[in-house]
Amino acid sequence: MTLAYTDKSAPFTHAPTSVQKTMTTVILALVPATLFDAWLFGWPAIFMFLITVGSCVVAEALCLQAQDKPVGATLSDGSAVLTGWLLAMSLPPWAPWWIGVIGSVFAIVLAKHLFGGLGQNVFNPAMVARVALLVSFPVKMTAWVTPHPLFSDKGLSFADSLAITFGHAFNVDTMTAASALGYVKTELSRGVPVTESVQNLPDLMDMAIGLHAGSFGETSAILILAGGLVLLARKIISWHTPVALMGTLFVMGTVFHLINPDRFADGTFHLMSGATFLGAFFIATDYVTSPVSKQGQIVYGVGCGLLAWIIRTFAGYPEGMAFAVLLMNALTPIIDHNCRPRAFGRTRKGEPLEVKGEK
Amino acid sequence: MKIFPVRGGIHPDYRKELTSEKAIVPMPLPRKLYLPLQQHIGAPAEPVVKSGDMVKKGQLLARAQGAVSASTHAPTSGRIADVAMVTAPHPSGLPQLTIMLEPDGKDEWAELPQPLADPFAASSQEIRERVAAAGIVGLGGATFPSAIKLNLGSQNKLETLLINGAECEPYLTCDDRVMREYAAEVIDGARIMAHALGTAKIVVGIEENKPQAMAAMSQAASAFPNISVVGVPVQYPMGSERHLTQAITGLETPAKKLTAELGVVVHNVGTARAVHHAIRFGRPLLSRVVTVSGGAVTEGKNIDVPLGTMVSDLVAFCGGLKEPPRRIVNGGPMMGQPLPSLEVPVVKGTSGILALTADEVNERDTQPCIRCGSCVTICPCGLVPVEMAAFIRKDNLDGAAKLGVMDCFSCGSCSYVCPSHIPLVHFFNYAKGRLNEAERDKRKLERIKTLAETRTTRLEQQAQAKKAAAAAAAAARKAAAAASENPDNKASV
Amino acid sequence: MLLAVGSLVAMGATLGTVLGIASRYLAVEGNPLEAELLALLPGAQCGQCGFVGCGQAAAALARGEAPVTLCPPGGKAVAEKLSKKLGVKADLSEHEDKGPQYAFVQEDLCIGCLRCANECSTDAFIGAPKQVHTVIRENCHGCAKCFKVCPTEAIKMCAVPVTLGEWHWEKPGSHELH
Repeated sequence: MTLAYTDKSAPFTHAPTSVQKTMTTVILALVPATLFDAWLFGWPAIFMFLITVGSCVVAEALCLQAQDKPVGATLSDGSAVLTGWLLAMSLPPWAPWWIGVIGSVFAIVLAKHLFGGLGQNVFNPAMVARVALLVSFPVKMTAWVTPHPLFSDKGLSFADSLAITFGHAFNVDTMTAASALGYVKTELSRGVPVTESVQNLPDLMDMAIGLHAGSFGETSAILILAGGLVLLARKIISWHTPVALMGTLFVMGTVFHLINPDRFADGTFHLMSGATFLGAFFIATDYVTSPVSKQGQIVYGVGCGLLAWIIRTFAGYPEGMAFAVLLMNALTPIIDHNCRPRAFGRTRKGEPLEVKGEK
Repeated sequence: MKIFPVRGGIHPDYRKELTSEKAIVPMPLPRKLYLPLQQHIGAPAEPVVKSGDMVKKGQLLARAQGAVSASTHAPTSGRIADVAMVTAPHPSGLPQLTIMLEPDGKDEWAELPQPLADPFAASSQEIRERVAAAGIVGLGGATFPSAIKLNLGSQNKLETLLINGAECEPYLTCDDRVMREYAAEVIDGARIMAHALGTAKIVVGIEENKPQAMAAMSQAASAFPNISVVGVPVQYPMGSERHLTQAITGLETPAKKLTAELGVVVHNVGTARAVHHAIRFGRPLLSRVVTVSGGAVTEGKNIDVPLGTMVSDLVAFCGGLKEPPRRIVNGGPMMGQPLPSLEVPVVKGTSGILALTADEVNERDTQPCIRCGSCVTICPCGLVPVEMAAFIRKDNLDGAAKLGVMDCFSCGSCSYVCPSHIPLVHFFNYAKGRLNEAERDKRKLERIKTLAETRTTRLEQQAQAKKAAAAAAAAARKAAAAASENPDNKASV
Repeated sequence: MLLAVGSLVAMGATLGTVLGIASRYLAVEGNPLEAELLALLPGAQCGQCGFVGCGQAAAALARGEAPVTLCPPGGKAVAEKLSKKLGVKADLSEHEDKGPQYAFVQEDLCIGCLRCANECSTDAFIGAPKQVHTVIRENCHGCAKCFKVCPTEAIKMCAVPVTLGEWHWEKPGSHELH
């Protein structure tokens, strides 16, 4: 009687978890911020977003095809969509079409499939692409536009938007503005103290809501934060990485601001500007490239926060989140190796615990 | 009573409602019983009956052999049909020596040993002998001979007897029902065991999803101030000996040590009840309560099953299968063993027989690991399943051993949560099997080496002795020759 | 200039002395590898590898003249250990591992000549002249020397059966994993 199978050992029940479910939840958590930013920056941003996500999916399909892996089944895990999504979130909203396409090739082909595909990559694909683009096309990659909300006076027509994305006819430069971090950095290099330059920035409330220039997905701090909290509530991520990252950034900012307010921006400014929330909740928490243990995640988060602050404050680039995450990605194997949990009945070194004497 | 936190763990879908309200019913005697000689950890028992013998209920069929072993008795009266190889209730599908008993329907008792008049006046030794003679093993599933576990008091200073009523495995409700229906028997058995162990305190640990069992046990224990019935959080694998000990005493059992070294001995509720029967009535272990459940079974039940009943008979008693099951499991779904077919017997360690549908099992193709770290977070042993599995995949078993794969007790939590459906525990079971095999091979090699060396030395000694003897003989001959030569010389002169 | 030359000369002299002393006192005698390899072999001198005994086999292994799969009674376990020690990648798939075996005496054929017992390197035989012999299973490592000398073909080499206690799970099918 061949009723059942003995090809597999227990357990014979499984939590309703799957890779697809995880990826889908992360994507859903990004939807509110994405919709808001699509409205804020108008058609060109929507084109840029669709092109980036689409070309990531195409790149993934081609890579799978080339490796004779099942295309449909693997594509449906949603990881390529998520990579494209996160990459689009980190690009300037009015980036031309080829930025998205080249970025996708960097992310999917170079950063992911050359390392062996899903789960094998050392570096966060979206951040590899962003950094590669930033280094290769610094002008295009820092062409932040001021908000041009759809259906408003400032909104662009569909035809103009097509020209921005696909042609060179339209002069984007006329509409660009510096991001908050970039502005402060430029002013500082001109000798204007931080205390003065921040006066010219949108106030904290606008920063939080997102009504200011910046990357497509980075601007609306509140919606990104809400998405992050959804991920926490759904237990997709744990608090360790985001809290360690933001905590470090805040503490460093605050402490140094107290020491020299003219040179250093304060902690709140660091939290609210740039990619802090996106980085803390969606980028640094990428499963594949971050440590697996909670202890490791704290070390990793602190490292990301520290590096981001250092790069923002001392290095040539105004925003350091992508670099910080990539640098910490490289350290992940070492962190994993040194931050294992303590095994039951053993000391941290792996020796059996001593039996306690008579009580 | 303060409950201490336990690391990790999961909250699977318990599905206990399928059988939790079904009272224990006795199983009618099947046409034939199959009693394997090894239903326990340790050496197989040695049969004391042969084909054609008539036996009575409770009569000894196979005697325990060696230090760790357990006897087997006739669950009913009848004729021994054969002693032969029969498929074991084991995923390997390997056969083992099994006594086959054809019941005669009379269910006539053999002469049983006199019950102990006052167990609390009896010596620990006497109780242990009775428990050993009754063939009692740990009925929670581990099937370690209970008499040996009752002897832990001789080497350790014990404080607490912990009665394990956690029953953290999904589906299983046999311990729950035993506690609800036979609370007094369990408590009495526990008191006898505590007396044998020399522990002053008895704690009954029950997961909080069994309020009726807690109420019944508290009621039965109310007359005894040294017994406390404690609710523990619903958190798989709370029923693990070490984790239950930690939850209740806060003490963490060191690796490779027994809980006894912390002064705690853990016994299952079913075992306590079996001890009660053995001491108070002289009855050996002849049956056990089994939960039959799962989506493919027509009607789930809790059944008092004579040992040796074929699983197919048991399932037929539950109305048969209503659909082809994806898996038939001996035990719970988390740690149970898959069975090759229904044609295997119920043994002392069978706590449940589950016929699970494909939906319940929820098996999917394995996807690449996305390093989500869920397995690390939930591992109740504080191990790193993701890394161990990566090593084992590359057959780097020493690497996996360094990460502590031998500390894993295959609770299944990591496989359960893995979003990529990677069979992590299967990897660890494979690695543990291979490492144990390597250990056995090493011991065998050492043994062969010693034997070979002994032989070489013996041969050398023999050769030397021979040489010495030859030399001595030669010398003697020479001397004799010399002696005989002289007279010759004389004679010749 | 002089300082540089002087210091270099001094350094050279000191290091040379240290090296000289080290070479004298830390010298390694013989080839330690051979002894280490010998320790890994069963040491039953059964000769199935084609060498006279385990010592010669270890020497050949150390010289790299013998494959790590040379020891049939040692099986996969020994081959793995040897390949680890020697740092060579053994192709164990081609290594014909029949699995462990043991010798079994068919009593109706045994004439009690004791040749097997004399040949056995682990004293696994019990028997007296003109009496049926028997093998102690735990002491037999399946070298089959007795099998070869038995004049009546009374000895059968049997595969050691897998017991329930020794059985273990196979490695999960890993075709789609990395």
